[in-house]
Amino acid sequence: MSPSRLFVRPVVAALAAVSLLSAGGAQADTTLLNVSYDVARELYKEINPAFVAHWQRTAGEKLTINQSHGGSSKQIQSVIAGLEADVVTMNQAADLDVLAKSGLTGADWRKAFPNAAAPYTSATIFLVRKGNPKGIKDWDDLARAGVQVVIPNPKTSGNGRYTYLAAWGYALSKGGNDAKAQEFVGKLFGNVPVFDGGGRGATTTFTQRGIGDVLVTFENEAVLIDSEVGGDKFDVVYPSLSIDASAPVAIVNKVVDKRGTRKQATAYLNFLYSPEGQEIIAKHYFRPRDPAVAKKYAARFPAIRTFTVEEKFGSWEAVQKTHFADGGVYDQITVKR
Amino acid sequence: MASRSNRVLPGFGLSLGYTLVYLSLIVLIPLAAVFVKSSSLGFEQFWNVVTAPTVVASYKLSFGASLLAASINAVFGLMLAWALVRYSFPGKRLVDALVDLPFALPTAVAGIALTALYAPNGWVGQHLEPLGIKVAFTPLGVLVALIFIGLPFVVRTVQPILEDLDTEYEEAAVSLGANRWQAFRHVVFPTLMPALLTGFAMAFARAVGEYGSVIFIAGNIPMVSEITPLMIITKLEQYDYAGATAIAVVMLVFSFTLLLAINGLQAWTAKRTGRER
Amino acid sequence: MSGAAAVLKASSGNAGGRSTRYEANAATREPAWVKWSILGVSLTFFAVFLLMPLVAVFVEAFRKGWDTYLAALIEPDALSAIKLTLIAALISVPLNLVFGVAAAWSITKFDFPGKHLLITFIDLPFSVSPVVAGLIYVLVFGAQGWFGPWLSDHDVKIIFAVPGIVLATVFVTFPFVARELIPLMEAQGKDEEEAAVVLGARGWQTFWHVTLPNVKWGLLYGVILCNARAMGEFGAVSVVSGHIRGLTNTMPLHVEILYNEYQFAAAFAVASVLALLALVTLAVKVWVEKRAGAAGAREE
Repeated sequence: MSPSRLFVRPVVAALAAVSLLSAGGAQADTTLLNVSYDVARELYKEINPAFVAHWQRTAGEKLTINQSHGGSSKQIQSVIAGLEADVVTMNQAADLDVLAKSGLTGADWRKAFPNAAAPYTSATIFLVRKGNPKGIKDWDDLARAGVQVVIPNPKTSGNGRYTYLAAWGYALSKGGNDAKAQEFVGKLFGNVPVFDGGGRGATTTFTQRGIGDVLVTFENEAVLIDSEVGGDKFDVVYPSLSIDASAPVAIVNKVVDKRGTRKQATAYLNFLYSPEGQEIIAKHYFRPRDPAVAKKYAARFPAIRTFTVEEKFGSWEAVQKTHFADGGVYDQITVKR
Repeated sequence: MASRSNRVLPGFGLSLGYTLVYLSLIVLIPLAAVFVKSSSLGFEQFWNVVTAPTVVASYKLSFGASLLAASINAVFGLMLAWALVRYSFPGKRLVDALVDLPFALPTAVAGIALTALYAPNGWVGQHLEPLGIKVAFTPLGVLVALIFIGLPFVVRTVQPILEDLDTEYEEAAVSLGANRWQAFRHVVFPTLMPALLTGFAMAFARAVGEYGSVIFIAGNIPMVSEITPLMIITKLEQYDYAGATAIAVVMLVFSFTLLLAINGLQAWTAKRTGRER
Repeated sequence: MSGAAAVLKASSGNAGGRSTRYEANAATREPAWVKWSILGVSLTFFAVFLLMPLVAVFVEAFRKGWDTYLAALIEPDALSAIKLTLIAALISVPLNLVFGVAAAWSITKFDFPGKHLLITFIDLPFSVSPVVAGLIYVLVFGAQGWFGPWLSDHDVKIIFAVPGIVLATVFVTFPFVARELIPLMEAQGKDEEEAAVVLGARGWQTFWHVTLPNVKWGLLYGVILCNARAMGEFGAVSVVSGHIRGLTNTMPLHVEILYNEYQFAAAFAVASVLALLALVTLAVKVWVEKRAGAAGAREE
């Protein structure tokens, strides 16, 4: 054996193995990849098999749906970098606008599905320790000295961004101006002992590590913890005002056109609006759009006064520029603390 | 290439060629991408990114905690190496083998294990909490994780030198009237010093870039417990590739300089001790 | 790491008896209180920083009993993560093995300008932050990267697929074998090989019969470390993985996912498998050192 063959052989073998494996990924079944945000894991774990059964019934085709979860902005950035998502299901419109800007999906994605392409909404609420020892009732209590607030990092998580904006909107609604709001939000964020990268990290910190007096997160997450993780350890608190956290979805045009999966992807997202899909959504404590389903699960969702990002801040783009860009208001607040 | 004429062994062209090609493909070209991408910023913007207050705070934490962790490891690693070489005690084999654990244990596993230990309700954390000591989610937690990953470097560079050390010198020192401390201070320690420095530098270099084990325990509070690799991740997650690469460039230049220094140190040691390395 | 050759040599000398030769020798013996303080302090340090995290992994893993533990491991997503981890290691280790041998041969058997620089470049992946390691491949192969459009046109997936994970793994384990071999082959010089060649052996024969037997234990040691790191890498792989359940999650990533799904016992169960792999690695390493020691003793 010559030395050159010694060196060449393993390389060739390895390359062959790699290509074999990547080819192995494209199996006979049609697959869809749903790239989603952090706390929607359980929801799509249940939606996916339901839709697969539904599609088998109606179209007679066997589908495999893969899911990927993580901080929403990170996930979108992966899609832009080439993660081949057929659909994205996110928790804030800003991320989809970024996707649209990259050309992967149309700028008019809001019009592609009902309710501005958001099949459900949630709101930002509080989870406190049993009996509410610190007496936390509303946003003002979070900015009090001596209260520890757990919030995921607004720079990396949509969840954290909603909390930031909800607090800002609350301060404005109390008759404050932007300067007052900045002071208020600054105080609130000064009470945060740990910034986790995503919603789930924050939940773990609060529930498992015993850090903080209050966790500010999506309603579905808070209620889910309350009912499943430690029902006797926590209480849910609804503030007087919260933000409407619509969870938008979109088809990634470039990917579905390339893979020929537009039909399945469209049906998948439409399924989210169907009574069956809405029912699963409500079961996971997301607020459904379907009036009948909403009525059925009304007991789960106490009435809450909310505002939308567009109402208070104009647009997500403006929010991003003023608040979360480098050197923006959020940076100024955190540098000062 | 003057020495070509007296080269007897074959395979120079092939082995060096292969080395260079493989090195370029896997390491150099991809790393060059970082520099190219960051250059799209222009100097002023680059400077603004790498000197932003939160980023500067992260350098202070990453470099400060790494320096401290490497120093702590230098002291205790030296003691551990000493114990492993010079003493016999039950379980020595086991301790010797487990020193390499941080090399082999996935960093994420180390991260969640350390967090479980040092969180306020963890095994260790709950005993420290009443004393007012918080480890997890503070810079102290970062330090603990960095000590964990850096320990084997010091032990494994000092240990072989200590094993090789001839006892004659110590015997001579004693026969010349030195006490044990003086013999250590003036005879043993100077011999160990270069290895100790190398181990220290390697532990330091590794700690600065560490991500997996730190991220779970750090708490990630802006200006307080955000490490530099996290700043890169944060930039990435805001679609700011150029900004991310700018910070990456700073870290890369630092790593490279430190490595060059370590290799120089090793060459110098080899020359000084007369050992061919 | 670079001291492995010396470690191999040294650990054979002192297999551990009642007391070491140092303790028997008055000149190298410390007072008892010094000895016990050093032992006490260093072993406490060892226990707190190394042993406890290891124990914690196993205790947490078995918190909910054997059934949960096993269930966590035979679940399809866990199995596919284990498979992917093994594949990544199986490809990257041989690649770096071949590279390590080639690099060590050229560096130690020949003189050429820029050798120190080359060694430093080889070391570089070792101190580059894993996050940067992942990032560079996104920059090169990502959709917005240098080769992204070409790859996408030809339907080749690298990032967010198995090849990307393999590449990131290759990068982080790049120096391990080379770094073990270089000092070892340097110390052995090139006289034996030159003699073989002068006596008419061909290059490949020389390597196979002269060089390899001399370095095989160091080589194995490098492979073991390389393999351990390949299976455990988190940061770099995380950046290029895409986190698709059952497709592009390696074991460390699967641990993170389970952890994020409140399945703490399951997360630690998978983590314990990784820890177990680490322990097996260390056991094999001890065995290698013993064999190397025995071989060394025979030679002398």
